[in-house]
Amino acid sequence: MDWTDLEAAAEARKGDQLAFRALVERHSRSVFRLAFRMTGNEQDAEDMVQETFLRAYKQLHRFDGRAAFSTWLYRIAANCSLDLLRARRTRKEQSGTAATDGDEKKTLLDTIASPAPDPERIARSGQLAEMLEPALQQLSDTERTAFVLRHYEGHDIEEIAKVLGVNKGAAKHSVFRAVQKLRRVLEPAWGTAQ
Amino acid sequence: MNHLTEEQLVLAYYGDIDRDVREHLDNCQQCQAAFAREQRLLNGLPEQAIPERNENYGAEVWARIQPQLEKPRRRLWRGWWTLAPAMAALLAVAFFAGVLTERQKKTQGFSAGARDRVLLITMGNHLDRSQILLAELVNAKPGAIDFNEERTRANDLLVENRLLRLAAVRNGETSSAALLDELERVLLDVSHNPSSLSEPELEEVQGMLFKVRIIDSTIQEKRQRL
Repeated sequence: MDWTDLEAAAEARKGDQLAFRALVERHSRSVFRLAFRMTGNEQDAEDMVQETFLRAYKQLHRFDGRAAFSTWLYRIAANCSLDLLRARRTRKEQSGTAATDGDEKKTLLDTIASPAPDPERIARSGQLAEMLEPALQQLSDTERTAFVLRHYEGHDIEEIAKVLGVNKGAAKHSVFRAVQKLRRVLEPAWGTAQ
Repeated sequence: MNHLTEEQLVLAYYGDIDRDVREHLDNCQQCQAAFAREQRLLNGLPEQAIPERNENYGAEVWARIQPQLEKPRRRLWRGWWTLAPAMAALLAVAFFAGVLTERQKKTQGFSAGARDRVLLITMGNHLDRSQILLAELVNAKPGAIDFNEERTRANDLLVENRLLRLAAVRNGETSSAALLDELERVLLDVSHNPSSLSEPELEEVQGMLFKVRIIDSTIQEKRQRL
């Protein structure tokens, strides 16, 4: 059946699983893209896709149709991924293998940035792209979420603030800090690759 | 106005600056040069390499999640028998806390012992069910709990709790009244919570669970003695 998102959501809310299936089939790929951007890991992204749709199904009664269904769904996906990042961070901290936020990350950041890679070689081999994920992993969960949603997904600051549960000023600052950290790691290659 | 800060330059790239900052940028060559550098850097940021998913991916996801879907929860689907303990408790509490206390002469037919027994049973049942709810919240893995269900139960317990607290106050049972007052605030938090508990809220629930357990065991002992 050819439902719009709103119609399908309304039918799914009444218990029509076919309607929900239409939504899953329509939005799975974009949810996967968002989840992968946020987690940087294929298996985690797969898990997040499932978790997102399961949560969405349970919370369908809270979807009031004021925003687009996709916006509402991506917010859930972003929240699921943020929960995962936080849980992952906690596990790492408990096992004592991860650096914490802020200056303590300097060592890791410097480790990546310090070998002063040859710009020409980087430009040729596309290492800039390869350096991106390790660099993103050095961001705090909040910074990564804010940056991915703003830079890659094009969400506005208000939406990002809602996902993070902070005010707009704090969301803006998270975007800035993310760019600042990425610059420290990537700029040697970033600037010369232009 | 001062020149744009590094943060304002980054935010300007995304269009997240105020009008006065935008006006300064439009009229200041020095800031325009700095902004152009920022633009070059951010435009040059590579795309993340995202693994492709084929056309059938949506169907594959559906096949994985479909067995895990339950019917959407609706309060009315709950059988009446699941509400029976709460209803019985409400009747008992309302009877003793409300009607009888205002018409005390008519209650003289009840022995004080019988009244205490009913109140203790009601209070014990209420604390038992509150304990279960609090324990579930404390032990739930993040994201694993269906908060709608907990909110509904917290709401049911809240109504009952208020009546019990009033009864305790009227009977001069200050410690029970204080406990119920505290419990009421926790239940209120849970019943109004959007999706999950923050760390301080969770700590409060844990503390409450501990207190409820202690008082509940005291009540069970009293019940046995009566």
